[in-house]
Amino acid sequence: MDKLIIAGKEFNSRLFLGTGKFPSSELMQKSIIASETEMVTLAMKRVELNDKEDDLLIHIQSPSIQLLPNTSGVRTAEEAIFAAQMSREAFGTNWLKLEIHPDPKYLLPDSIETLKATEQLVKMGFVVLPYCQADPTLCKHLEEAGAATVMPLGAPIGTNKGLRTKDFLQIIIEQSNVPVVVDAGIGAPSHAAEAMEMGADACLVNTAIAVAANPIEMAIAFKEAVISGRRAFEAGLGSVMHNMQASASSPLTAFLND
Amino acid sequence: MFSDELNKISWDEVSKEIYAKTDADVRRALQKEYCDVNDFMALISPAAEPYLEQMAFLSRHYTEERFGKTISLFIPLYLTNSCVNSCLYCGFHVTNPMPRTILTIEQIEDEFKAIKELGPFENILLVTGENPVKAGVPYLAKALDLAKRYFDNLKIEVMPLKSEEYAELIKHGLNGVICFQETYNRSRYNIYHPRGMKADFEWRLNGFDRMGQAGVHSIGMGVLIGLEDWRTDVTMMAYHLRYLQRKYWRTRYSVNFPRMRPAENGGFQPNVVMSDKELAQLTFAMRIFDHDVDISFSTRETPYIRDNMATLGVTTMSAESKTEPGGYYTYPEVLKQFDVDDARTAKEIFQRLKELGREPVWKDWDSSFDILTK
Repeated sequence: MDKLIIAGKEFNSRLFLGTGKFPSSELMQKSIIASETEMVTLAMKRVELNDKEDDLLIHIQSPSIQLLPNTSGVRTAEEAIFAAQMSREAFGTNWLKLEIHPDPKYLLPDSIETLKATEQLVKMGFVVLPYCQADPTLCKHLEEAGAATVMPLGAPIGTNKGLRTKDFLQIIIEQSNVPVVVDAGIGAPSHAAEAMEMGADACLVNTAIAVAANPIEMAIAFKEAVISGRRAFEAGLGSVMHNMQASASSPLTAFLND
Repeated sequence: MFSDELNKISWDEVSKEIYAKTDADVRRALQKEYCDVNDFMALISPAAEPYLEQMAFLSRHYTEERFGKTISLFIPLYLTNSCVNSCLYCGFHVTNPMPRTILTIEQIEDEFKAIKELGPFENILLVTGENPVKAGVPYLAKALDLAKRYFDNLKIEVMPLKSEEYAELIKHGLNGVICFQETYNRSRYNIYHPRGMKADFEWRLNGFDRMGQAGVHSIGMGVLIGLEDWRTDVTMMAYHLRYLQRKYWRTRYSVNFPRMRPAENGGFQPNVVMSDKELAQLTFAMRIFDHDVDISFSTRETPYIRDNMATLGVTTMSAESKTEPGGYYTYPEVLKQFDVDDARTAKEIFQRLKELGREPVWKDWDSSFDILTK
């Protein structure tokens, strides 16, 4: 499998993990290890920023893992920029998952504020991975603003509904010059495999692992699904024959035989 | 710049890959809704020949999905046949002892008026040889200023320019630029283009990036079929198209597959001859590869091929073209670059397309939309 490269850094794993909603920090840690992920996101708002021994943090940190603090909870670009600066200070990394959702119910990303914040944060030297709508035009704007990846959603966050935005994800993947990470909505390993088969560069999974009856087994299942989907993509996948009613009598091309 | 990308692609390797494509590769490509360049290679390979009918079906399907039944009509106007280049295959070759002319602004206006008599054209393509001193950017700017009083959509097919020159012409109403790379075979390019500005392969190749940087709305690409192995050349163009689409995503793209014809007074004979069947295969493959790209057929092609292909993937056509400067009014019947094979009038072409169930479109842009770019 090809290595994933984001902002010049190589990753062996194409599965990113979120750290919310686990029954315990210990189970979270075991799931992270089992998944073999190398990129883990955590909500700054959940961490005691002055405490180096913060319980959540110590269960994530590992030399093989790129910590990806996220700005979950902020509602505007201005708040996001403030949070990003705090994050850089507290975690010692300029990597940032930018999440701006003013809407507390569905946690849908605010496209306008996300673009504004991306432009600013890139200028401030952050490696910005924005969570965004599966909007191909927005993704091109984010790319032009200097985003290191785009992270379009597959379905509303936490819903486990899979790739409801599939047609738009397909266009985003086709057009993008930066890695495309499908984020939100992936509820089953088959969804992750589907995204990877389409050519997505990585998947970010949280709820589906965290709330599984056995999160560690589920983490392994996702690891395998992501590998399997990527392998299939690289191997050159065919897809289902679409409706092709051409007949043997060559009615369309007979003129070429005259 | 695309030259960096092209450096990573070996002509010989691509060529080998295309001719090694199998029946299974073709079937796999036909089953995909979104093809990559690798699939395109299968579709243009000899292995795809038995699948022409299926390819035609898919090509028509995608074309109608995106373009409906419309065919956009345009007309070229050659402003000059003066050229400093010495392209082996071209009638405008610098050492060709033909009379040269550069239309004056007054003559250009006469041409525009004559064109308007032929049909309600709104899409015009202004063509020049390469003479940056006498027919350079200031001349083109004047011609565009005048053209926008007669037409809504203005394109040029001229020597590659600097990015800021394209930007300057956009201020004068430029909507689109057509430029043919002729061949992507870097090591053999200079055999055909030994002298003049055109001898600089990279300058021409990266011209497309410069158009994109300047924000040109519409970019037309093409390879000249007859120089090098056409399959390899169009594959390189497919890579180039994908690169440009990702980078300059606000721009529309069109492709052209001009099959070489004998040049006036020229002894150059094509190295490869593409059959009608192969042209059809390539057209279908391009449409299956890219559902949205404009595919343009010029009057180099016969009425027979143009009429039949108009329902199967082609979306743009020139009509009643004269390939000599001032051919519509000032100097009819002399000095041409190449002979046309479809000599029907614009009105006849319009009528025929209607009979074929197509909607010929004279106008699909309004110059008032350009106001903000000026």
